Amino acid sequence: MSRTLSISIFRHNPRDPASAPRMETHELAEAPGMTLFIALNRLRESVAPDLSFDFVCRAGVCGSCAMVINGRPGLACRTLTAALPERISLHPLPGFALIADLSVDTGTWMRELAERLETWVHLAAEPDLDLLEAPLSPGLAEEIHELDRCIECGCCIAACGTAQMRPGFVGAVGLNKIARFRLDPADSRDDADHYELIGNDQGIFGCMSLMGCEDLCPKELPLQAQLAWLRRGMARQGLRGIFDKKDKK
Amino acid sequence: MPAPATHALPRVSHWPAMLDLAQSLSGLLLALFMWFHMCFVSAILLSEDAAWIVARFFEGYFVFGRALPWLVSVFVALISSLLAVHALLALRKFPADWAQYRAIAAHSDRTRHGDTLLWLVQVATGFAMFFLAPVHLYTMMTRPELIGPFESADRVWSGFYWPLYLILLFMVEIHGGVGLYRLALKWGWLPARNTRDGRRRLALAKWALTAFFLILGLASLGAYMKLGHSHAPLAGEPYVPSWLRAEPAR
Repeated sequence: MSRTLSISIFRHNPRDPASAPRMETHELAEAPGMTLFIALNRLRESVAPDLSFDFVCRAGVCGSCAMVINGRPGLACRTLTAALPERISLHPLPGFALIADLSVDTGTWMRELAERLETWVHLAAEPDLDLLEAPLSPGLAEEIHELDRCIECGCCIAACGTAQMRPGFVGAVGLNKIARFRLDPADSRDDADHYELIGNDQGIFGCMSLMGCEDLCPKELPLQAQLAWLRRGMARQGLRGIFDKKDKK
Repeated sequence: MPAPATHALPRVSHWPAMLDLAQSLSGLLLALFMWFHMCFVSAILLSEDAAWIVARFFEGYFVFGRALPWLVSVFVALISSLLAVHALLALRKFPADWAQYRAIAAHSDRTRHGDTLLWLVQVATGFAMFFLAPVHLYTMMTRPELIGPFESADRVWSGFYWPLYLILLFMVEIHGGVGLYRLALKWGWLPARNTRDGRRRLALAKWALTAFFLILGLASLGAYMKLGHSHAPLAGEPYVPSWLRAEPAR
């Protein structure tokens, strides 16, 4: 028997002076195989033509459709309504600037993070394009590709109590990127460089191991393992800092 | 013109790493100490003589041939300092203002996420210990000779310390258990390669150990309350182990 879903959606357009934040509840007949992406489109086609939400790929690859679904961050396109109770609440991701309704600006946030942590390969020298690339062992390539699966959807920031309390915290998305470049032999940065980027309370030492990121990452990235690996490395680097200083004296 | 004198400035501070390590290490030592502490306290469940032996052991009685209670005072001072260091470092992580409290409470409320809720329990139990632990520590530091089967029982019952000990027991065991669990996750000491399996096993071990020490603690406190109740008319009388008592006159 098909259910009638009751979908409550956060509505607000901060650029419209007449708009006030409110919850709007719509009823919708559930269809087989329905995702929240389909449900939201049905509502926009029928009763809420001005409803704002973001989608690009519809397949859990682009990370645009992250939202808070019944209190927990997740990707709307990969969430089957069948997996949810009849009453569904949808909110925009907390921690990002609201564009309107369920649409948030993760792009600016991610861009600032990338610039702050320099999340690109720092080559030691200009590559010679006529030469073969240095080979990478399949195991290591796999490890790097595993971390590269991050789609910057913002769910880890919305899932992190620390990031919600302390907006300067780089979160799992930032730390995972440092882990990815720390693994990559093509990146010439060493731990002294990594420590400058994340060796503080806005970086790895701010992480309180609440494990929201690990539990709610839609891509199921191995974030706990990466955070622990970085923490050990950065703690070692911090200790090294003390001994180096003594050596210089 | 001569070149100006220059000296290199440090690129970055190593303090954040040191503070993080110190918080973890002080927590680890305190949590392990509390487990040992509970084992020693539970000697009362074996016999009054066993409790007397444990108490005198830490006063060096079996090494120096006489009890030196100040040894206990020194040790308590060390533990108190460790607690102060841990509290100071942990305070950095407390929500600091209304906005932060609202953010973490709303977040925990909407996500219904177990480990986040456990962290809030850490904050609450840690805060409670700021006030409860010093009462106990000060008594132990200033009156170390009053640790023994009758002496402790009188403090618990006639001295009306049992409500403090009852609350402290729950605060310590929950805070320490969750803290050790979080330490293992934080530094990556998981009992399995796979995080999911490792965490499940850790969580199981954590609850089992917490339950064990809570039961042991409740049983020990119960034993001291019972002994204190029956010893109340003679409160203040020190305990003499069975083999040192004069044979009663026939």
